[in-house]
Amino acid sequence: MTHEFMGREYGRHPPGLTPGYKSTLLRAPRLPLLSLRTPPGECEGPVFGNPDLAPLDHDLIRNYATTGDAIGERTILHGRVFDEMGRPVPHTLIEIWQANAGGRYRHATDTYVAALDPNFGGGGRTITDLEGRYAFRTIKPGAYPYPNHANSWRPAHVHFSLFGTGFAQRLITQMYFEGDPLIPNDDILNTIPDPAARLDLVARLDRGAACPLDSLAYRFDIVLRGRRQTFFDEGHDHA
Amino acid sequence: MRETPSQTAGPYLHIGMLPEQAGVAYRPLGSNTLTGAGTPIVIEGRVLDGIGAPCRDMVIELWQADADGHYGGVFRGWARSGTDFATGVFRFTTIRPGATAGAPFVSLWLAARGLNIGLQTRMYFPNEPRNDADPVLSRVEPLRRPTLIAGAEAGRFVFDIHLQGPQETVFFDV
Repeated sequence: MTHEFMGREYGRHPPGLTPGYKSTLLRAPRLPLLSLRTPPGECEGPVFGNPDLAPLDHDLIRNYATTGDAIGERTILHGRVFDEMGRPVPHTLIEIWQANAGGRYRHATDTYVAALDPNFGGGGRTITDLEGRYAFRTIKPGAYPYPNHANSWRPAHVHFSLFGTGFAQRLITQMYFEGDPLIPNDDILNTIPDPAARLDLVARLDRGAACPLDSLAYRFDIVLRGRRQTFFDEGHDHA
Repeated sequence: MRETPSQTAGPYLHIGMLPEQAGVAYRPLGSNTLTGAGTPIVIEGRVLDGIGAPCRDMVIELWQADADGHYGGVFRGWARSGTDFATGVFRFTTIRPGATAGAPFVSLWLAARGLNIGLQTRMYFPNEPRNDADPVLSRVEPLRRPTLIAGAEAGRFVFDIHLQGPQETVFFDV
């Protein structure tokens, strides 16, 4: 039997409705979520493997390049994926996306004036190893303005999407860079009410993992929901 | 350890999740089409916001059992579709799942700008007698159960997801 997941600790997450981030006003559900013990369907999840990946998927400096490397601060993003019990999560898919060094996304709906980099696509994927480790090579994204308030700027960030081993673990988040002066005023990061939880999204400069004369490194560990250990279980409400 | 906090996927999630829709020429990983043994079906719908406008920048993931009601076999069971930039319609071509415990259903997960955390819901099938005894549907206030049951039109199942309003879809904390 696949164990169900521990209940989600919602105080760690942003509530759905956060008026400081205006896009939530028309999109956040207004009725409470219906809480269930994880039903069997959502205890299971899709499985991915190396055949799903192209050889350069984890290297954003090269995976879209045609005439040379992408422009920007060469950066290694690495870390480990754990569950709440502290166990590494191996063989799980991580997808990332980000703006280029000037803060522009390669996307039909991004109209920011900063230039596109012909050698940068901004997407990457990898699968964690047996110890839950992952690594990407990329360029540090630029900050950019966005139409939330008149002078709202996003700090440099990278979007992360994770699967884990069950559909109920599905998680999308954003990673920030230690020392970025835009972090304290970011309306998106500040949707998370707990300052300590916000800090968990700030990757730390990791000098030990830098590649000398080539790339700086930042470390970002990620924790997915853990599975419950049940000792007395007579009241299972979904067969 | 405590779970990493969620953040919105933002408006540019296609670059990482559906690069072909963003116009970025990476190898696709995941499409809106699943093939396998069973009865082929099409699911179409829109995601409507609080003023009834279709959300044209959503990504929806589908997760389902195979035709025998099993997960984790040769049938991957997972697909994703963006809502169309012009029409807001998402579409899946898949097979009708078998029943696991209760009635057959597909699980759906939504990510987008304006969603601080992904939304979990389910789509059940119309005219399905097992719906009445389904352990999850049974937990839903009867007035709201229709928000989880697709319509059937012209050879496809139609499932509109309402983020707010009197027909707000039931979303789950699973």
